[in-house]
Amino acid sequence: MTLRKSVTLKTHGDIAYARQVAGELMVEIEASAIKRTKFVTAVSEIARNAINYGQGGVITFHLAEASGRKRALAVCTDRGPGIEDVDAALRDGFSTGKSLGLGLGGAKRLVDQFEIVSTPGSGTRVSLECGPR
Amino acid sequence: MPNKNTMAAILSTDFDRVLSGWLKAQTKEGVKRADLVSAEESKEQSRDLLSAIADALPDAAVDSELDLTETVWDPIRDVLETITENRTQRGVSTTEMGWFIGSLKQPLFEILHTELADKPTEFMREMWNSTRLIDQISLHAIESLVEKREATIERQRAEMTEVSAPVVKIWDRIVTVPLIGTLDSFRAQTVMENILDAIVQWEAEVAIIDITGVSTVDTLVAQHLLKTAAAVRLMGAECVICGISPKIAQTVVNLGVELPNITTRVDLESGLAYAFDRVGVTVARG
Repeated sequence: MTLRKSVTLKTHGDIAYARQVAGELMVEIEASAIKRTKFVTAVSEIARNAINYGQGGVITFHLAEASGRKRALAVCTDRGPGIEDVDAALRDGFSTGKSLGLGLGGAKRLVDQFEIVSTPGSGTRVSLECGPR
Repeated sequence: MPNKNTMAAILSTDFDRVLSGWLKAQTKEGVKRADLVSAEESKEQSRDLLSAIADALPDAAVDSELDLTETVWDPIRDVLETITENRTQRGVSTTEMGWFIGSLKQPLFEILHTELADKPTEFMREMWNSTRLIDQISLHAIESLVEKREATIERQRAEMTEVSAPVVKIWDRIVTVPLIGTLDSFRAQTVMENILDAIVQWEAEVAIIDITGVSTVDTLVAQHLLKTAAAVRLMGAECVICGISPKIAQTVVNLGVELPNITTRVDLESGLAYAFDRVGVTVARG
């Protein structure tokens, strides 16, 4: 697994940059247009969560290669208050803010592999993994 | 010569020697950048900075208490501000900026060496004190240079988001707005206000929002579109969202976003056809 880029998430403009980097990574693994759009959208969701609820953070982009197949990986870490009930946060329509409450669950459906680890008091880590097809 | 401030003493008695030594060192280190900053300007900036240092030194703590944010250093920070402003505009790099100030060490160390030739302990201490001071000034200058660049980037970013989303009347009772780029909260608000105003102004019945140029439709963008459509409906008009590509459609479905009561079309052409139908316009080839 090689690190490609790391994007600091502080302002909403950083989300656009994270999307751009995510798109470039998908081009690198020769992903289809639909996979690319899905991954970029998922990155947009979790990056915004890190800023809106996690007091900012960092998202790192990696290139993983297993048995000749390239995969894109994004890991978003924040130092926010953490999520008390991860299962509830993943449920559609759940939001502690004023949003639609579809971001986290939506991101999970958009990628091939999704992992969330949240420790109340010390932050949240979301990993997204996506193959080319 | 008081122990505390050998540097202050040197600068008050040997100012011109230090200055000319510094200018020479700048040339030698290749940081003069005569192409960007003229020799005259360089000399003036160096003199201003050195006199600010010379003025501040007698009253300042230069040992471990050194703190460039103290008020005694205000004039230095002001001079640095002017210099970095000037050099940022000329495109001087951070390395060159750092070395420009760092090269002041050479003449200063030389004089310290002569003055304190037989006092190695004091010499070491003064070397360390002046190194720390010059490095701090140099770091401050670099930071200020970076801040200025960031400010430029931020300004450009703001200009980008302000790229207006003009609402145009394309037919009697039909208005349209092409959206391009990112639809953040601020732009979404502007777009919504523009559409609502246009509906009143042109008595529009259909507002077509073309999102062909929006690369990512995530939940936030979807939420903004839903809000805009709801507001348009409250005004008695109908909102048509067009430019939804197959990949955007699949993504929106995956996200679980529903767009109830919103008419969507694949491209502007079919959006316009729908709008014509809605306001009772028939298009015929003549």
